[in-house]
Amino acid sequence: MLRPYLHLVRAGFRRHSIYLAASLAGLFTNTVFGLLRVAVLLAVVEQTGRAAGYDAADTSTFVWLGQGLLAVVTLWPDRELALRVRSGDIAIDLARPWNLQPALLAQDLGRAAHAMLIRFAPPVLFGALALPFRWPQSPWTVLVFSLSTVLAVVISFAIRFLLDLTAFWLIDNRGVVTVYAASTGMLCGLTVPIAYFPDPVRIALYTTPFPAMLQTPIDVFSERGATAALLAHQALWAVLLIAAGRLVLARATRKLVVQGG
Amino acid sequence: MDDLRVHARILGSRVRGQLAYPVSFALDSLGQALGQANELAVILVVFAQVDSLGGFARDEVLLIYALAGISFGLADLAVGQLDELPRWIRTGELDVLLARPLGVLPQLVTSDLQLRRLGRSAVGAVVLAAVLAAGRVEPTPLNALLIIGTPLVGATIIGAIWVVTCSVSFWVIEGRELANAFTYGSTLTTAYPISIFGPWLRRLLCYAVPGAFVAYFPALALLDRPDPLGLPHVLRYAAPLVAVAAVLVAALVWHTAVRHYQGAGS
Repeated sequence: MLRPYLHLVRAGFRRHSIYLAASLAGLFTNTVFGLLRVAVLLAVVEQTGRAAGYDAADTSTFVWLGQGLLAVVTLWPDRELALRVRSGDIAIDLARPWNLQPALLAQDLGRAAHAMLIRFAPPVLFGALALPFRWPQSPWTVLVFSLSTVLAVVISFAIRFLLDLTAFWLIDNRGVVTVYAASTGMLCGLTVPIAYFPDPVRIALYTTPFPAMLQTPIDVFSERGATAALLAHQALWAVLLIAAGRLVLARATRKLVVQGG
Repeated sequence: MDDLRVHARILGSRVRGQLAYPVSFALDSLGQALGQANELAVILVVFAQVDSLGGFARDEVLLIYALAGISFGLADLAVGQLDELPRWIRTGELDVLLARPLGVLPQLVTSDLQLRRLGRSAVGAVVLAAVLAAGRVEPTPLNALLIIGTPLVGATIIGAIWVVTCSVSFWVIEGRELANAFTYGSTLTTAYPISIFGPWLRRLLCYAVPGAFVAYFPALALLDRPDPLGLPHVLRYAAPLVAVAAVLVAALVWHTAVRHYQGAGS
């Protein structure tokens, strides 16, 4: 029952390990952006010693974890599924002997595991060696961080799945995806820690799944805030968004007409 | 002359094509504007914590950001589609362009004129208007010239950077993201006072890749304020010369790359 999905996880991992040059190029870009982001935020911290509860080590830990997790969580959809909806190839995917959503999730988890090795570890190690860095105090934190990262990937996947499904109604969903991709960096806590925002904005953000995709795993790693509450917030959104994906897919499938043969 | 007419007709058809789907076009433009507004939000959020960044007050940083944003939007409009170069090489579409009696770079540039990219420039223009309205810049003829000229010169510099870094694709097809570090990275390096970057980052991304000349030095001239780094006064007016040099370098690199190209076997 579960075996095929485990194979899909492995397939997702292997598929992405082929493009090593592309991964290395992406790694270089993440590192350059990390250096630039750190420069901006450290210029703030240097004046006050602390900004919104972040000292120099917290700030650089935040930036390097963010740059590393970015490729793991994938904030920017690749529209692969949406293009299959548009071209009609989705009919083949739906006819396969699998449940589409968990099958794609399995592949995405494989992809994320590969990204963890190639895209997450190097920039974080670079940041840890080159700049002040805050390692977790408790060994348990690493375990909880892994769990939180998996939940973040599930949430991100569920949202990307929903965005791709909009193609059933819009045909061309590029505009929707562009708006989403342009907003996530700010809303997830990639560019600036969410703690920098004024209280009302911060509270409003935590009613959405956005912080759960990036800021939460970073907070768990830095042992900042109530870990149990943060994980509960993630789990709640993961369940809600996966359920929403199932519902919308069922709707979309009923709408789908396969012409000819 | 005939070449120009051909390119103008191609461009006209591209523009009409985009406007045929108004909802998609509006959302796309909004997405571009949001992308640019991201950095604006960062600046505003940061200045809620401190009064100055790298020795510059909020309005001064916003002036640099605005000039950089308009420049980037214009450069993206002109040469942003070079990001697709790896795909053209891989699918062999580039070979078709090479066989036509028109320059390859002009063909690539006119292959797609995405008006939505002006969404970025629009955000920059609004911020520029707000800074000017706040009276931080003396209304002199020289400053007026600087305000009009800086985005055009800045776009030329960023466009040249784009051409140089995308030429890497002729050697490393999967290296597209490598170019992103310099092209999209320039949205960061050009939008902030260069005094916040460490010495090595500054040498590489502000002088060697001449990001500092896009907005930082012209902004110093507009604000008529001393440089916290104590760099020579003449640099504030050097942007046009840097742009000419950048274009020459870009042309050289591009020609070398195209001559090196041997097809992807497709």
